[in-house]
Amino acid sequence: MARRRKDKEMAANVRLMKRPEREASYLRATLKGVALTFRHMVNPHKVTMQYPEEKWALSPRWRGTHVMEQHEDGRPKCVACGLCPAICPANCIRLVPGEDDQGNRYPVVYEIDEFRCIFCGMCQEVCPVEAIHVGQHYENSEYTRDNFVYDLDRLMSQKQPSTLLWDPSDPASE
Amino acid sequence: MELEPVYQVGQLSTTGFLIASVIKVLIVFLVVLVTVAMLTLLERKISAWMQDRLGPNRVGPGGLAQPVADGLKNILKEESNPGQAHRVFFVLAPMLAITPAMVTFAVIPLASPLPTPWGLVEMVIADMPIGVLFLLAFSSLGVYGIVIAGWASSNKYALLGGLRAGAQMISYEIALGMSLLSVLFLVGNVRLPEVVWGQQQLGLWFAIPLSISFLFFWVSAFAETNRLPFDLPEAESELITGYHTEYSSMKFSMFFIAEYAHVLTVSMLMATLFLGGWDIPFWSGDNMLGMADGTVVGAAPAVWKTLLTLLAFVVKTGFFIVMFMLIRWTLPRFRYDQVMDLGWKLMLPALLTVVTVTAGTILALDSAGVAYGLVYGLVLTAVNAVMLGIFLLVLDRGRVLSGGYARQEKRAHARAVARFHREEFEVGHGAPAEG
Repeated sequence: MARRRKDKEMAANVRLMKRPEREASYLRATLKGVALTFRHMVNPHKVTMQYPEEKWALSPRWRGTHVMEQHEDGRPKCVACGLCPAICPANCIRLVPGEDDQGNRYPVVYEIDEFRCIFCGMCQEVCPVEAIHVGQHYENSEYTRDNFVYDLDRLMSQKQPSTLLWDPSDPASE
Repeated sequence: MELEPVYQVGQLSTTGFLIASVIKVLIVFLVVLVTVAMLTLLERKISAWMQDRLGPNRVGPGGLAQPVADGLKNILKEESNPGQAHRVFFVLAPMLAITPAMVTFAVIPLASPLPTPWGLVEMVIADMPIGVLFLLAFSSLGVYGIVIAGWASSNKYALLGGLRAGAQMISYEIALGMSLLSVLFLVGNVRLPEVVWGQQQLGLWFAIPLSISFLFFWVSAFAETNRLPFDLPEAESELITGYHTEYSSMKFSMFFIAEYAHVLTVSMLMATLFLGGWDIPFWSGDNMLGMADGTVVGAAPAVWKTLLTLLAFVVKTGFFIVMFMLIRWTLPRFRYDQVMDLGWKLMLPALLTVVTVTAGTILALDSAGVAYGLVYGLVLTAVNAVMLGIFLLVLDRGRVLSGGYARQEKRAHARAVARFHREEFEVGHGAPAEG
């Protein structure tokens, strides 16, 4: 027939497969689709999580906003050794060390820019006195960029638990 | 037809008629506006449930006040007027879209007639003797708003959307009217309360004896309301949002309200024409027809019957609305040529046949002296079931709507035409030069 010649004339020889009726039928596909959507509509299992009220459980390895540990009398545990600003790959920790009458070092200024921080957790790993930790926390929102620079007081007043990468009963991981 | 008992309730005085009409207008208009607002919420809820989500649930109990928040937002938003747009028509278009959508509720009977101490109150705002014609006339006015919006926006996507809307709505208006014809044959009247009365007398809702007309009416109702799978005038993926691309704030919202009002009208209309209107199934206590002179034919009217029938009407309308939404979130959009094929090549010839056969059956039944009742209806049911079966078989073979087959035949035809013209050209002018 002339059909073969027609196909030759086409630039790209596209042939449509003859599909069986049960696949090609618009009617059956429609009914199937309506049944499917209806099943989902009446299905009481919905996946939405009511976010501010409900939250996912964080992984124990989650590394979030920092926490500074403190002694019972409210002094920071930090001894201003300078290891964390040295190892910080994002260079987001600013530390000015001081020394009191007994020769104990303490941080005069300790600031972490949470905007620059990449939450690698190296500051926690390197800290010799287990003072700085990354916490299980992720809701950081502020009205200004300046507010993301956490000073010592703010770091000490963070409420969230520190990451479970660090075990408080075995502080030095020994 | 045997003689039905007649109840004299009494006619309303002119003042009473005016007061009753004003009350009816206010109530229906308010209820319709609130319902339309709630439909936008329902749409979002249903789509969410289908996708295993919860949907809006923050504003008010269970999200019920979401439409209020949406409306407030739309009113407070900045209105943008494109510089190239034709200002007059640009402003006029949303009004033209929303007015017909709001007018059509006037002729739909909502419940059985209500007897009051002052006389009989029909539960329809305007009991026009030309109800169906009025409805058709006004629902087809809706296309003007869309076409003018598309043209006045001076935006190519909006223009395309408007053109598509025009083509689609005019094409499916034919199918809509034709599928209505069978109903009108059967009732012999275009007054909508009479249509309800006809179904009560037949003992069957017209969806059963006129099943194929019902199917066609339903499909063309989707096209008339521009809902998926016929939402080519909007077609987000191709035309941004089609005719209302350039509209913002409350003007956009008016198109939105018009669409949902159309959904509501069409659902009410389908409930009235094919699901017995406010008729309660398997109960003859509500089979009544109110007359303009304050008499009621059939069962005795009562206030509680009015309330019950109103409930039945709401349930039926709700069924169609939910089906509209179910279909919208299930089916993908048709291609433009598929829409036109379905309308002109499939539905028009099929409907012409259906109308002829139905009219013939009715004529035969009448000449045979079969009384208008259950037997009459069952014969029609059988005839329609056969036609429906044939139609569904043809449709199931997938030659019209399945992309592959339709395209293949079209392509072959286009090639044949092109070759014919080329050969003619070659005969007349000799072979074309190489390159």
